[in-house]
Amino acid sequence: MQNANSKRVSCEPLGIGGQKAKFSPFSRKQLCIPYGVFLACFVVIPLLLIVFYSFTDKNGNISLDNFIRFFSSATTLSTVIISILIALATTIICILLAYPVAYVLANSKLNKGGTLLMLFIMPMWINFVLRAMAMKDLLTLTGIFGVNNYLNVIIGMVYDYLPFMILPIYTVLIKMDKSLIEASQDLGASPLKTFTKVTLPLSLSGIASGVTMVFMPTMTCYVISDTFGNGLITIIGKLIDEQFTTFQNWNLGSAMAMVLLVIMLVSMWVTGGFKNQDEKEGSL
Amino acid sequence: MKKFLQIFYVALMLLFIYAPIFTLVLYSFVDTPVVNIKDALEIGFSFNLYQKLFNDAALMKIVWDTLLLALIVAILATLLGTLGAIGIYYSKGKLGKSVSVASRIPVINAEIVTAVALVLLFAFIFTESRSYFAMIVGHTVITTPFVVLSVMPKLKQMDSNLYEAALDLGATPFKALFKVVIPEILPGILSGFMMAITLSLDDYIISAYTKPAGFDTISTYVYGAMAKSNANSSLPALRALSAIIFVVIILVVVIKNLVARKKEVN
Repeated sequence: MQNANSKRVSCEPLGIGGQKAKFSPFSRKQLCIPYGVFLACFVVIPLLLIVFYSFTDKNGNISLDNFIRFFSSATTLSTVIISILIALATTIICILLAYPVAYVLANSKLNKGGTLLMLFIMPMWINFVLRAMAMKDLLTLTGIFGVNNYLNVIIGMVYDYLPFMILPIYTVLIKMDKSLIEASQDLGASPLKTFTKVTLPLSLSGIASGVTMVFMPTMTCYVISDTFGNGLITIIGKLIDEQFTTFQNWNLGSAMAMVLLVIMLVSMWVTGGFKNQDEKEGSL
Repeated sequence: MKKFLQIFYVALMLLFIYAPIFTLVLYSFVDTPVVNIKDALEIGFSFNLYQKLFNDAALMKIVWDTLLLALIVAILATLLGTLGAIGIYYSKGKLGKSVSVASRIPVINAEIVTAVALVLLFAFIFTESRSYFAMIVGHTVITTPFVVLSVMPKLKQMDSNLYEAALDLGATPFKALFKVVIPEILPGILSGFMMAITLSLDDYIISAYTKPAGFDTISTYVYGAMAKSNANSSLPALRALSAIIFVVIILVVVIKNLVARKKEVN
């Protein structure tokens, strides 16, 4: 820890700070050093440990065994595919349900004063395990629970993550320049064409940040799949959990975590999460 | 017609969101292990579950422990995140950029990956990966980036000349920071603080991996009770707990909104 600390500080020599430091030894940018050290110790180093564990066996020798085991096992591969399918279904349903809500909230007088928006995103402030329990009770009450485990899991996930899709889409739609839509209408485009050619493309960044907030959690958060799937549905997050808790094979678990990291990086690259930083910040 | 469709759809979605919550609140007054209509009609309404909840010392301890943890974490995250955001904003060089990129990792990373990574780290340093310290660190890791994200826009909105003006007028950089910059970005800091509290209360996975033996947060306890499932004796009392939490949060959000609107009117 001490090591990382001094490393961080030493890469901060008077170089760029020099100009500001003319005023005094204190420079505002140095304020991020504590957070930088914290991130180095508790985010960067732990991720490096995952990389290390994933490429070594139990005795600490370098090996690719973990990845070979992961990719050659039919059960793990089918779990991965099922997780991706469940996550895809959840994300698509969330987009389909959330977009019209966000659109109406952003464009209609119904949402005067933001009361409706507040009603829609209020669940975000409520503990998600409790919300899951509430949904499970409702499904039990209506007799839907247990009819189809996949359906139940997807309902549970959509219920928990829907607000996280509504908010970013709404944020982009409300900021959108409305004169563009008027221009499109004035130029003779039909409402449908205006939507597909103007509104939808302009709101893609909102959908993208919604996807990043829904897709990854639905692939990994095993709380919902465990409680809604009668224990019969395993997603990739549960696989990792089992390696760390039940089987105590941290190396294999780390390799699975590595696979997730790679999927995350790819999906970030696809949805442009590393760019458009301003838009992402606005939507959160 | 269009208007009718809009209202109909919005109402339908609100029903989807609130039906489970209302069901749970309703059945917090029915002392039955499994939620069903027959029991509601036969047993009728009572405050039994609330009585059970308040008499359950272990459960009440979990509630206070969860709140205390969230408070500690939110204070830490707000301090780190506010300073971090100011530092990132004013650093044009590598330092700010690398802190900013590292700060995005816990946001986009799957929580389980963050959790097992911390397990590896703490097992490496302390040999025992579970501790109260580990849990606080874990929660701070996942909440601080959101403090940064809510402080950053306020920094961008701020008139950058204010700080320079304070310096020109003879304020020390520290004084300029506390008298000029911090008050300007205070709304962002406060919403970051609230966000940190909510995210900490909401967390399950990080807590599950780092919590010391015998310690439970509301999330880990409810999950445990749900996983054990059928007619667990403590589960009905959890309905009373959830109902209280739902009502408190709904009240807080509504009041906050009303206050905000009143300010706007004035």
